[in-house]
Amino acid sequence: MYVAVKGGQTAVRNSRRLVARTRRGPRAVPEIGADQIENQLGLAVDRVMAEGALYDRRAAVQAIKQAQGDLVEAVFLVRAFRTTLKRFGNSTPMDTEKMQAIRRVSGAFKDLPGGQILGPTYDYTHRLIEFGPKTEGAADENSLCENETEKKEAPNPSFTMEPLPRVTDMLEQQGLMEKGTGDLIGAPTQDLTRQPLKIPARRSIRLQALARGDEGFLLSSAYSLQRGFGLDRHPFLGELRVGFVEVMFTPPELKFEIKIGEIKITECYMVNRFNGEKNRAPGLENGFENGYGLVFGQNERKAMSVSLLDRSLQNAENGTAVKYPGQDQEFILAHSDNVEASGFVQHLKLPHYVDFQSELLSVRSLQNTHLSKKLNTRKNNIQKNNIKTGK
Amino acid sequence: MPSHYNFAYLDEQSKKMIRRAILKAMAIPGFQVPFGGREMPLPYGWGTGGIQLSASLLGEADILKVIDQGSDDTVNAVSIKDFFKRTAAVEITESTPHATLIQTRHRIPETPLTAGQIMVYQVPIPDPLQFIEPKRPEAAKMHAFEEYGAMYVKLYEDIARHGRIVTAFDYPVQVHHRYIASPSPIPKFDNPKLHQSPAIHLFGAGREKRIYAIPPYTDVVSLDFEDYPFELETWDESCAICGSPTSFLDEIIMDDQGNRMFVCSDSEYCQNTLKTNTLKKGAPCQK
Repeated sequence: MYVAVKGGQTAVRNSRRLVARTRRGPRAVPEIGADQIENQLGLAVDRVMAEGALYDRRAAVQAIKQAQGDLVEAVFLVRAFRTTLKRFGNSTPMDTEKMQAIRRVSGAFKDLPGGQILGPTYDYTHRLIEFGPKTEGAADENSLCENETEKKEAPNPSFTMEPLPRVTDMLEQQGLMEKGTGDLIGAPTQDLTRQPLKIPARRSIRLQALARGDEGFLLSSAYSLQRGFGLDRHPFLGELRVGFVEVMFTPPELKFEIKIGEIKITECYMVNRFNGEKNRAPGLENGFENGYGLVFGQNERKAMSVSLLDRSLQNAENGTAVKYPGQDQEFILAHSDNVEASGFVQHLKLPHYVDFQSELLSVRSLQNTHLSKKLNTRKNNIQKNNIKTGK
Repeated sequence: MPSHYNFAYLDEQSKKMIRRAILKAMAIPGFQVPFGGREMPLPYGWGTGGIQLSASLLGEADILKVIDQGSDDTVNAVSIKDFFKRTAAVEITESTPHATLIQTRHRIPETPLTAGQIMVYQVPIPDPLQFIEPKRPEAAKMHAFEEYGAMYVKLYEDIARHGRIVTAFDYPVQVHHRYIASPSPIPKFDNPKLHQSPAIHLFGAGREKRIYAIPPYTDVVSLDFEDYPFELETWDESCAICGSPTSFLDEIIMDDQGNRMFVCSDSEYCQNTLKTNTLKKGAPCQK
């Protein structure tokens, strides 16, 4: 009868054991390998690195495995690891023009310098589930590449080594577009993970928050803009590119730049007609403006959402009236972090006995007061009636 | 714990940053100091603010007590203790007087605190103005200008509607006659324990990334009106286990017939009172 008050220690121990057991599943099934996750669930790894805000494939893979494929939980594991790591400096700004692109598309121009590169995308696949088991001669999801040898696959045939000029730069040169991210490149900025978020936040901070924000939340927020909750015009995809970029760093003890690695990123520029705000550069009262998004790994859905939101929040900063959530930087930035959101929503599972007890006492005593008032009124009414009727 | 995690999990740079925030918070009682809250391996809402405070304060000689809902053995308290056992290997206790640092969620122990002890509170919503003014820059201005009229209006509306102030927990307090602060979701029953307390009271909000403090021997006043003074909740019952008539009681539903029993929320206090009462009576308590 006293279980509610004692026994937490055993319960927690048993629960942890059950998690381990459920995660492993039946022993007859072989355990999934880290290399299998890294290579065959690559997009999941990308998402966990992006929202975990740590480009570490091994950590992301292990987190996915440890979280039974619950990606938000995996993000959480990566964040809790990342937060303990030492910061030793800032890299040189990455030159995405020199990206080794595996994919590069523009929705605004049919052809452009460097060309369109379709690369690996689900955009033009047919979403037909290829149900197993695999039978002789039948197609499965691997049949399209079965005859390819490993050699042909690497390096990726669609890799381009040519520098790819940006669509937005071209528009800018033609006097059609305001300056994009240029003034942010190389400028000193605060680190969102070391400083608390302050509202109003500068654009460099906003872009950091969006880069690690929850894909689902950002997607739906951007979607709401498109549905008229913040945008009154159709936006255009200036350019979306996915590929590998070199990370350069100058160690203070060396005093010259070295390459410390290569990361896969998705970069996006959205292009909008001006929404009609004031404060435009002279000659640009009519023209285009852009929104920018950059995400670790291949995640086009998110990079595009970030670009739309970046634009919307810039407009709000420039004086557009804030009427909808997608224009309100506090709404977007304070609610996009899924580690924060998941924790706070789910903390309702924790005991609240004490607070609920206080509420119970308060409600009961209010009810009692109310009840006795009611009784008194009834008594008074009966007395009044008795007097009237002369009883 | 693998060796690439530091003592008490957080790296020393982060601990220093948090300690600086604590010092500022101590210097401006009740003022919410923003800090670079770190992600912790426990979820937001589970006490990340409190855990960060504890992590940056714990030394090898410290003795840690962790309670949740007043009890040492509720699941979240157990889990947090486990965490510090793994990462810091400090001594863990259930005894309130023995502890140097007490991390808590939703209660202040019944046993009075003493000078030198540190209470660490887990705080979900650090700003009592949050539900009056959800916009943070606005709320910050209201604090800066000591513009607390809206808070009193809210309390007044309670009185107009219900005949009394109905806030039962997380009852706002004014610290050192200046800042209005949230005592965290402790029952208002515990509010008076903050006034002129000899211990240090530190409040950590992990998700909202703010720290605030009530230094020792500080005036802490629960908001009220002259004609509607602050009131404490009371019970008709005494604790069914130890018989204490003065402690905060949790209600336990015994069956579906509406039978209930009341027991101390502070499990350690309950056990001690039971021991003392048993010694006095010379017979075990039948309840």
